[in-house]
Amino acid sequence: MNKVVANADEAIKDIESGVTLMLGGFGLCGIPENCINALVKKGITNLTCISNNAGVDDFGLGLLLQKKQLKKMIASYVGENAEFERQLLSGELEVDLVPQGTLATRCMIAGYGIPFVPVLAGVGTEVAEGKETVTKNGKQYLIEEAFDADFAIVKAWKGDTMGNLIFKETARNFNPLMAMAGKITIAEVEELVEPGKLDPNFIHTPGIYVNRIFQGTNYEKRIEQRTVRKK
Amino acid sequence: MALNKEQIAQRIAKELQDGFYVNLGIGIPTLVANYIPDGISVVLQSENGLLGMGPFPYEGEEDADLINAGKQTITTLPGSAIFDSAMSFGMIRSGRVDLTVLGAMEVADNGDIANWKIPGKMVKGMGGAMDLVAAAKNIIVAMQHTDKAGNSKLLSQCTLPITGLKCVRKIVTDMGVFEIGNEGFICLEYAPGVSIDEIKAKTAGRLTIADHVKEVAF
Repeated sequence: MNKVVANADEAIKDIESGVTLMLGGFGLCGIPENCINALVKKGITNLTCISNNAGVDDFGLGLLLQKKQLKKMIASYVGENAEFERQLLSGELEVDLVPQGTLATRCMIAGYGIPFVPVLAGVGTEVAEGKETVTKNGKQYLIEEAFDADFAIVKAWKGDTMGNLIFKETARNFNPLMAMAGKITIAEVEELVEPGKLDPNFIHTPGIYVNRIFQGTNYEKRIEQRTVRKK
Repeated sequence: MALNKEQIAQRIAKELQDGFYVNLGIGIPTLVANYIPDGISVVLQSENGLLGMGPFPYEGEEDADLINAGKQTITTLPGSAIFDSAMSFGMIRSGRVDLTVLGAMEVADNGDIANWKIPGKMVKGMGGAMDLVAAAKNIIVAMQHTDKAGNSKLLSQCTLPITGLKCVRKIVTDMGVFEIGNEGFICLEYAPGVSIDEIKAKTAGRLTIADHVKEVAF
């Protein structure tokens, strides 16, 4: 078993134009920076991206938007990105806005092998348009399907060469869910260690879900809203 | 004097009960955390995956890996817990979050809420708002009573795209405190210096005045 790859370029080497990608992170917190940069450099296009947000204009997924590499974006909130709004209003970019809990759940059920779930969120709204519904005990639910992604790219704090992952603070967010959901899952980690160095009791994502892993470099970890108090 | 944003937050904080798990939205709702009454202990939930949200970090101690749902740097507290986004909405969907406070563009007199989209103008997305309003047992809206042009935001029917149906319980605006009843809005309290006639004039939906209506107290 060898899951370790040298770097982001090698990890994404078989990602071609037109595929569907999941990218972990909430805002700019916990995004796979190395792989995003490698995708930008590789220049592949027509990508469908599933990610909670679309980055900011010059960082995160915003970099792929700027280079017009995205065909479709599936997200819950895209408010911090002017280029996104421009491409959406001009019709260059297809967008599917999904309630955040539904987005998370559609990732989760993909990893649990459940094809669809009934959810209340979005009933009576635009989100319900064209969707199947089911009524149970007098309540109507939308049928929401598991995502089907060719690749999931996640960022973890620590990982071992078996692919086991541990996330840090709220950089966990969508990462463990997407790690379970991709046909091929790529994990970039801040610290890659040998098996035995991570306590099995504290693994968030078991290695069975991870196909490739590498230790990333030069994390910028940009902060979107720096809020502090005085000492 | 109509209530300012801080006073709206301060009034909503009076709704908190000891032991509540609370989700505060972006804007005025966030300010509620500054007015938690003495002797009451609540746990703040942030839907990006944190229970027990603490205050902003001290300068120089910000951690890019630790943010709230508004993407602000924050801290954890003794007893905090971190989890993924599916679990976060699991605790919301299964009714374990006792109170949700959020902003709105419009509220209808049957409790419908619109707060996520202005067609052709604002396409930011709904974030977690639709999940929260579909599931929360107790939703309080914090907002201005009228828009910038002076039009009522309390309507007989929402004109903007709906976020959720018949879900709002209570509304605190700069003009007063309102409940949603079977017959529309019920004015429970009025802001100091705001008359009932003014409230009637600025409320477009069905409105009744509670028998024991009183001035907002903090």
